[in-house]
Amino acid sequence: MSASPSTTAPPAATGAEAPPAGGSRGAAKRRAPISRRGERLVGYTFMTPWIIGSLVFTVGPMLWSLYLSFTDYHLLLGGDWVGMANYTAMFEDPMFGRAVKVTLLYVLLAVPLKLIASLAVAMLLTQSRRGIGFYRAAFYMPSLIAMSVGIAIVWKALFSGGGPQDQFMSWFGWEGGGFIGNPSVSILMLVLLSVWTFGAPMVIFMAGLLQVPSELYEAAEVDGAGRWHRFVHITIPMLSPVIFFNVLMETVHAFQLFGPAFIIGGTAGGPAWSTLFYTVRIYALAFVDLRMGYASAWAWMLVLAVGVVTLIMFRAAKNLVYYAGEDNR
Amino acid sequence: MTATTATEPRVIARKKRTAGARAKSVIWHLALLAVLVVVLYPAFWVLTAAVKPNADILTSISPIPTSITWEHFASAFDGMAGVPLWRFFWNSFVIAALSVVGILASCSITAYALGRLEFPGRKAMFAVVIATLLLPGQVMLIPQYLIFSEMDVVNTIFPLVIGKFLGLDAFFVFMYVQFLRGIPRELDQAATIDGAGHFRIFFSIMLPLLRPAIVTSSIFTFIWSWNDFMGPLIYLHEIEKFPLPRLLQSYNNTEAVSNYGGMMAMTLLSLVPVVLFFLVFQKFLIKGIATSGVKG
Repeated sequence: MSASPSTTAPPAATGAEAPPAGGSRGAAKRRAPISRRGERLVGYTFMTPWIIGSLVFTVGPMLWSLYLSFTDYHLLLGGDWVGMANYTAMFEDPMFGRAVKVTLLYVLLAVPLKLIASLAVAMLLTQSRRGIGFYRAAFYMPSLIAMSVGIAIVWKALFSGGGPQDQFMSWFGWEGGGFIGNPSVSILMLVLLSVWTFGAPMVIFMAGLLQVPSELYEAAEVDGAGRWHRFVHITIPMLSPVIFFNVLMETVHAFQLFGPAFIIGGTAGGPAWSTLFYTVRIYALAFVDLRMGYASAWAWMLVLAVGVVTLIMFRAAKNLVYYAGEDNR
Repeated sequence: MTATTATEPRVIARKKRTAGARAKSVIWHLALLAVLVVVLYPAFWVLTAAVKPNADILTSISPIPTSITWEHFASAFDGMAGVPLWRFFWNSFVIAALSVVGILASCSITAYALGRLEFPGRKAMFAVVIATLLLPGQVMLIPQYLIFSEMDVVNTIFPLVIGKFLGLDAFFVFMYVQFLRGIPRELDQAATIDGAGHFRIFFSIMLPLLRPAIVTSSIFTFIWSWNDFMGPLIYLHEIEKFPLPRLLQSYNNTEAVSNYGGMMAMTLLSLVPVVLFFLVFQKFLIKGIATSGVKG
């Protein structure tokens, strides 16, 4: 019960499938069929905005974009069915390889670094000391502003040639200049921006850490387990549902980074395509080149990629995530 | 207020305050202070960049200005292309406020139906909500644009807020559903026996109990909508209609070259509402993320 599988909502465990209470006497029983019909009516009434909205603005558009991905639709010129042509063209498009490379590199760097930082600081913060509330608030704040255009502009300044990062690193012999002008490291600007928002997963980790029963640590300490052993054999398994949640959400989000990448690298993903994120390229194809059919095919490849990654993670979680209070399958 | 708020720190083992314990405490604070300096550096840097002379901004690593000028704020208030800065604040505010109202009105009724009522198709609809949570939104972008341009509402804020009024923000629907499921069934049953209908139950029992979720979702909706860039980038093309992120982006592309200080002052001003919001509501926010896993 302590480390509930749904870090998303602890309350869910309490009353999700609660059986009907025994208070139903004759009167309530006789009313039941009417109230059930009423329930149906009220249910559909309450769902009406969502049903209309989904059909028109989400589910409908999804199917439409699947259709568009098999056409060469251009916003001004229209288009025709082209079969798989967009999908085969993608693999010969040098931009596709570049965008995939940049995005994967970002996901592989940003997600682990951010989560390691957030877990480390969360563990520091769950020790009983003064000032925890202050640190927690201060570390969380960047998560609220990091994705804004304002911070992206600040980032451009911090990593410009001769700017703070350049000066700081040249004290240690760095000669590569500002990250923003150097294609081999410019992606790090965005990785660091992501790491800067470690406060959001940190708060979730903190909530998880506080749920680990302290008796486990005490017992291990009595048995002579060192700090590292306690971390590997108690903290990590007990925290694994929270770790899984954070890894999943961070990965799904990392694949979709747009705003900061757009401000920092522009639609061309400069310098030298080194910040050409996948979503930025979709935007450029659809709304600059107006090649909406081809852009839809790109978008569907992203859905496919995120879907496969999510699936693999759920599969892996079956073996790796430990839910206390359940048999470990 | 700062010491222990939502989460009670766990005391692993109570030991007497020895010299060793004190040294540990000092190391703990030093480690966190080091993190704090790194985390807050960009914030302090922009805070003072806005009052540094233009020539100093990009070249100074120190956040402490050597001389102070207020002229950047004057030029920031002038806005861009003859449109004053307050206008962009107002545009941002209108979009954010409408988003909050929309989420409140739509997500609560959608979540009530999905979380507390039984009707055919409920499970399938809930599955769609979950699917949209993980689905990259980019895939719907192009058809949505085509639909909105067919409706002739491109270059208005309609496309930016309509989804909020229709309960399409899957994340908040999901959060409300989880919250509502935690409320004991006996409450509805007692109310039903007393003759209350579903509307009564919803308005007089569920809504008041939902308050913590409503507060969290409203704060996040406001901040996310304030920061949103992709929506305005695609749908708004006239400068008088721009919210702040679009203004900053255009300014950055055009005027920033000659007036970097003005850019920094504008950037700083655009961040102020979010930071203020955070300082006022930080307790709710942090509690909200800890229990619902909201992304920042």
